[in-house]
Amino acid sequence: MLEIKNLHVQLEEEDKKILKGVDLVVEPGKVHAIMGPNGSGKSTLSYVLSGRDGYEVTDGTATLDGEDLLEMEPEERAAAGLFLAFQYPVEIPGVGNMTFLRTAVNAQRKARGQEEMSSTEFLKVIREKAKELKIDAEMLKRPVNVGFSGGEKKRNEILQMAMLEPRMCILDETDSGLDVDAMKLVSDGVNALRDAGRGFLVITHYQRLLNHIKPDVVHIMSDGRIVKTGGPELALEVEENGYADILGEVA
Amino acid sequence: MALPQAKLDATETRLAAMALPSGGAWITAARDAALARVREMGLPGRRDEYWKFTRPDTLVEPQAPKAALFSHDEGMPFDDMDRVRVVFVDGVFDAAASDDLTAAGIEIERLETAAAQDIHWARDLYGVLEEKGQYPVMRPLAALNTAYATDGVVIRVTGKAEKPVSLIYRHASETSDAILHHVIKLEEGAELTVLENGPAAARFNKVMEVEVADNAKFHHVRTQGRDHERRAATHIFARLGTESVFKSFTMTVNGVLTRNECVIELTGDDAVAHVAGAALGDGDFHHDDTVFITHDAVNCESRQVFKKVLRNGATGVFQGKILVQPGAQKTDGYQISQSLLLDDDSNFLAKPELEIYADDVACSHGSTTGAIDEDMLFYLRARGVPLKKAQDLLVLAFLAEAVEEIEDEPLRDHITIRLQGWLERHSH
Repeated sequence: MLEIKNLHVQLEEEDKKILKGVDLVVEPGKVHAIMGPNGSGKSTLSYVLSGRDGYEVTDGTATLDGEDLLEMEPEERAAAGLFLAFQYPVEIPGVGNMTFLRTAVNAQRKARGQEEMSSTEFLKVIREKAKELKIDAEMLKRPVNVGFSGGEKKRNEILQMAMLEPRMCILDETDSGLDVDAMKLVSDGVNALRDAGRGFLVITHYQRLLNHIKPDVVHIMSDGRIVKTGGPELALEVEENGYADILGEVA
Repeated sequence: MALPQAKLDATETRLAAMALPSGGAWITAARDAALARVREMGLPGRRDEYWKFTRPDTLVEPQAPKAALFSHDEGMPFDDMDRVRVVFVDGVFDAAASDDLTAAGIEIERLETAAAQDIHWARDLYGVLEEKGQYPVMRPLAALNTAYATDGVVIRVTGKAEKPVSLIYRHASETSDAILHHVIKLEEGAELTVLENGPAAARFNKVMEVEVADNAKFHHVRTQGRDHERRAATHIFARLGTESVFKSFTMTVNGVLTRNECVIELTGDDAVAHVAGAALGDGDFHHDDTVFITHDAVNCESRQVFKKVLRNGATGVFQGKILVQPGAQKTDGYQISQSLLLDDDSNFLAKPELEIYADDVACSHGSTTGAIDEDMLFYLRARGVPLKKAQDLLVLAFLAEAVEEIEDEPLRDHITIRLQGWLERHSH
């Protein structure tokens, strides 16, 4: 589903190479985790895949279901089924959460040639999904993420994911800033979305999130490359011995 | 003090091209006095400090510059609302197009009808609030209006008006030069909403004097749009009594030159005055909000909230002042003026001022200029919202603080929809 080949990326503003040949394939129905020390390029990978400005791809490819992601605008990638749960969800004063979500859902439907969702149907669906994530009606009415706690912001990301039903979900450090209860809520939300047709790429620094969202494959990233790939046991190894051991081993 | 020769010449040239309208004794006296004020002040020139950011030339010269009529198929503002329609075409009252004013349930008549009478309540207001508003800053175009206004309405409300009064200004001639003067009096405890829309004329000079007595509430929602080449100078002069409320909102889109002045005096304790504006400008758009609020009583609140979205070289101006007189303790004054520049060619010029002579007050003011936030834009796009739509959402979000000053929800939604419509018609 998601295929990344030999991806090289540097910052647009300065001559700084961040990704130095990433190869990765995420199959439908699978959860892949990327772990790695700070500065290894994990977040950059998520930004490049979702189309954020400021990065230059100097080599390699990234496709979703065979379509070239790197040629698309961010909104086209979203319509193609890519979703990024942000590490730092953005606050947007003046834009209501509900308006935002409805605009997004219908823009994607339109882009795919599907019929737009009526407001009654939308309300029904969002209320149901919000309830599961313990997001109350008040939060839905408020401006996007404004005044939300760290945990509320992350739950809001998962609500968006649930509403947009993407094929390929990238979660960027979704566990950062979450207490145990919030982590469980968020993980339950993610797990509820797991199905045979959907792929996940979970980026995290710590193993703890992976206790809740069980990965099929774990990759270790360092200095812009994936240096080791294994099963869930790899995450436990990191937890026990830190990154230094693994990195020493591959070096 | 003698006027500079250039100003004197410009003033006399303009006055020579005009004729004082005829009327009864009281209005003739008011017109003569106003004419004397114009001669004393001289009409605005580009070297005047108060006109530093806006060139008054085309507002002053004898002939109104031509303004093409423009039409699009979007419905007129407030069309779906139950209201008393008062229509002016190129500055002349059109009875046939208006609703029956005698059946409006409030006292509302044409200025010339009031002017023909020997005794009329409007006498105590016509040109009176305008004259008061000439100090400490001169507003000669308003005095010119008092002297030469040929039409307008006078409205008096004693209770709660059932429907809003909707002043509709149609523009029919490319060279029309209109001067309208309205006088509105809200007696104690009265409530009235006034709506205004339409391009009015090639050149439009309008004054609205509003007396809001104790416990009365006045709401004003205005749209200025359509004919881009029109030029307008408008003034609102308001005097507020104890526990009264005055709220005015203006939406402006299009227009090569618009100067909206609002002069408010809070004379009764616990009065509230809010003035807000949302402007969208494209290309050779020039929009100027000039506000002067004087606190002269205890425990009053005033808010100025002005937002402008500018692109393709458009210019926005804000001159806002809060003056707190000695003894006006517990004043709560707030002023914000912000612009969103959608490119590097557009300009926002702001001059916020506070002048405070009381020691127990809370006044704040702020002015900012910025571009669309890239992080917000990316966040919206990453959720599938197309670029243009995402920009429009953020523009509306930026304007929201001003639009929210409209208390009435249907009116607020109506304005939002019109702003959306304008954004959809204009590509970035």
